[in-house]
Amino acid sequence: MAALYGISQWMIPLILVVIPLWAWFKQVSVYDCFVEGAAEGVKTAIRIFPYILGMLVAIGIFRGSGALAALTDLVSPVLGKIGFPAEVLPLAVIRPLSGSGALGVTAELINAYGPDSFIGHLASVMQGSTDTTFYILAVYFGAVGIKKYRHALWVGLTADCVGFLTAIFICHLFFPLS
Amino acid sequence: MALNFIWLAMIVLGVCYAGFTGQIDLISPAAFAAAEQSVGILLEMAGILGLWLGLLNLAEKSGFVDMLAKVLYPIAAFLFPDIPRKDPAMGAIVMNMSANLLGLGNAATPFGIKAMEEMARLNGHSPVASNSMITFLVLNTSSVTLIPATVIGLRTKAGALNAVDIVLPTFLATVIGCTAGLLAERILRKWFS
Repeated sequence: MAALYGISQWMIPLILVVIPLWAWFKQVSVYDCFVEGAAEGVKTAIRIFPYILGMLVAIGIFRGSGALAALTDLVSPVLGKIGFPAEVLPLAVIRPLSGSGALGVTAELINAYGPDSFIGHLASVMQGSTDTTFYILAVYFGAVGIKKYRHALWVGLTADCVGFLTAIFICHLFFPLS
Repeated sequence: MALNFIWLAMIVLGVCYAGFTGQIDLISPAAFAAAEQSVGILLEMAGILGLWLGLLNLAEKSGFVDMLAKVLYPIAAFLFPDIPRKDPAMGAIVMNMSANLLGLGNAATPFGIKAMEEMARLNGHSPVASNSMITFLVLNTSSVTLIPATVIGLRTKAGALNAVDIVLPTFLATVIGCTAGLLAERILRKWFS
């Protein structure tokens, strides 16, 4: 298992050397080709910027006002009944909204309760097993001018909810006494 | 439109909550800090998108993507029956899936946006999301991953006995969440046309 982390540290350096080298052997003019692709990336970043700005400001207001914390307090007694520890609830609420926010909460939980506690394990699994649904939705659809999302949001949130509930169940199985 | 509603609700609830609790002074700093932060993200995004899309261009022109596509094609063809095998959309989807599996979050987003652009082209640049786009979104929001690198890093820094003991539980949770999302997509697509 420790090898897995070693692999993940080697992954990006390997990609950085293998792809250009492979292209070189295939007679691609590597630098020109790279720059051509990079130009597209910069344009894309500018096109998605307004969507990121809009999302971050709304989430910033919701979080900064204390309303997010109040919402968390409101729903935690209900969720406590299904074996969902109240400490981890802010993470479940913030995970679909803000990637950096969720990472901050996960780091806090791991440091406060210890990485090998039940809460530390659960926070780690939750953080790793879902992604920032609202952000991805806004950015991916914003980039190509989709106005009618149809069922996208509901499907994304279904995946998040099932992922969270599964994370709790699996953590009870894998880390019962921690 | 759900996202319009949620966006508005976050702002209205935030401002009202601060007003009622007598902390209205919290709002402007929060709003402007977020606006400022988004510029930082723009700069970071421009750099990261540029780097990965530059590499993607190399991988495409040299036939690297085609090789990868051959390996992942059975899964991709099952999930995206509308997308022709040789289409650039398939290449970008395959690269995005590989990046997610390897836990390369900042590579997955550029490939994902590229895939969306190609799917929008296939969809005649319609403003309505296609089934393939939503399926693709589920794959990304549930981020099926073999190596949750960021979390492993956090746990290592915090001095975990075994920083990688969450790898298998994470993989199981993400696969089950993703499957639920894909099933929900198949069921709901009829109601949202």
